[in-house]
Amino acid sequence: MEGGAGLGRAVATREHVLPLDDFARASSLGSHLAALEGRSVVLFVRDMAKAAAALIDLDGSARRIVLCPPGWAPTQLGAVVREAEADALVHDDDDAPPIAMPLAAPCGLPLQPLKTPRAASCETEWILPTSGTSGPPKLVVHTLRTLTGAIAPAALQQWATFYDIRRYGGLQIFLRALAGRGSLTLGSVDEGIDAFLIRLGRAGVTHISGTPSHWRKVLMSAEARRIDPAYVRLSGEVADDAVLAALRTLYPRARIEHAYASTEAGVAFAVDDGKAGFPAAWLENDGAVRMRIVDGALQLRSDRAALRFLGAGAPALADEEGYVDTGDMVERRGDRLFFLGRRGGIINVGGAKIHPEEVEAALNAHAAVRASRVFARANAITGALVVADVVLRDEHASEAGLEREILAACRARLPAHMTPARLRFVADLPMTGAGKLARHG
Amino acid sequence: MSARLMILDEIRAVAAQQDKTLAQLTDELPLLDSGLDSLCFAVLVARLEDITGRDPFAAAGTSRYPQTIGDLIAFYDQALV
Repeated sequence: MEGGAGLGRAVATREHVLPLDDFARASSLGSHLAALEGRSVVLFVRDMAKAAAALIDLDGSARRIVLCPPGWAPTQLGAVVREAEADALVHDDDDAPPIAMPLAAPCGLPLQPLKTPRAASCETEWILPTSGTSGPPKLVVHTLRTLTGAIAPAALQQWATFYDIRRYGGLQIFLRALAGRGSLTLGSVDEGIDAFLIRLGRAGVTHISGTPSHWRKVLMSAEARRIDPAYVRLSGEVADDAVLAALRTLYPRARIEHAYASTEAGVAFAVDDGKAGFPAAWLENDGAVRMRIVDGALQLRSDRAALRFLGAGAPALADEEGYVDTGDMVERRGDRLFFLGRRGGIINVGGAKIHPEEVEAALNAHAAVRASRVFARANAITGALVVADVVLRDEHASEAGLEREILAACRARLPAHMTPARLRFVADLPMTGAGKLARHG
Repeated sequence: MSARLMILDEIRAVAAQQDKTLAQLTDELPLLDSGLDSLCFAVLVARLEDITGRDPFAAAGTSRYPQTIGDLIAFYDQALV
């Protein structure tokens, strides 16, 4: 990975500081680095700073890096190891290897000096898992070239992000910071927004990225003025007029952009006119990113798109013309296009994508529930909330207390953001002509 | 019911539903220190919308978000007049 110029640059979390200048002669993988050369490596590291170090270490050396998202359980690794033909594992040096592999390399900080200089280099495949409706995740294949296609040379920028760099949105900021001339400040798992903002203020951060949900938390924090950014970026969720206007008032000096990107289709565009949606005229643009709308969904073609899905029997990522279907539904109002949500009813709660079927399965597991339909309710704090219509087995059952009981059972099986915020008891559910549950979009 | 009582009731209901321990609810208490997380605030705003028919957070004229319990009550008081 070719870093930008500049001395004293670093990637910092609350716990660790990675001096970028040191990577020429030191590594987070120590003597294991040479053994990982040319391998397909699963990167399963709990600590984000260690993950950052391992990415810098492995790009250009490993054949593949499979970047496991934070919070993955070891049981999720089997399918990924198989599909990615992985023959090595990088794990947190604080933990035992989560699965047995031919080669397991602990990743630790601070960096250890290398005895032999780095041997470069191959074009490493970066594999990003994304969640599927059911079964194993889809493995999206990128390279450093596709991941950095939207990154232009820039003046000195001190970056920070509320994201985890192991997801596409955060990875973009990680790579942006490395390609630039400044440093990057990252959050820690149990660090509250107030403490993080204080740390960002001390670091002199100028460019910050997060989801609209992250930014609404900033807007509600008494420490919001610890930072005075020149650039505020929103992505990962639909940005509405209210959050854009509130950020404009809070940071009058900042350029405020909301960006649209997907793991599969790459970074498409960023809007900086302070309004939700994007100009419909951009559909006619003949630039680096071509857009079109097919059956209400946005499709994108650019050299920032992923190369393919990995694995035997994986579907094609793009059509014959090279367009990637984003699954994001858009609607034209006047001279602007607005995002309506995901096709297939996928619900985005504060950046976490939820498949209604999973929530319905949990609801339907309750003895009192005959059927349920889960859908999104728009929400100004998290973008959307999960809500559900429920048909009871006994239509004469007392509904009082039953909502609480069903939700408590759901909460025992699902994370909080997947548990419906509210239930509505209904007599029946709408079906499509094909006898499927009718969903929006 | 005044906005104050309604909001405090709903905050307690959401905290109970989401298994959160609340700090003592005073006007000066920062919302982010109340014990509620983003998801709880999202649920709170939805419940208040069900009761009042209004969601001041979604209003296009919103340029300042409330930071304390007192701010939040004033925020809804203004929206409900």
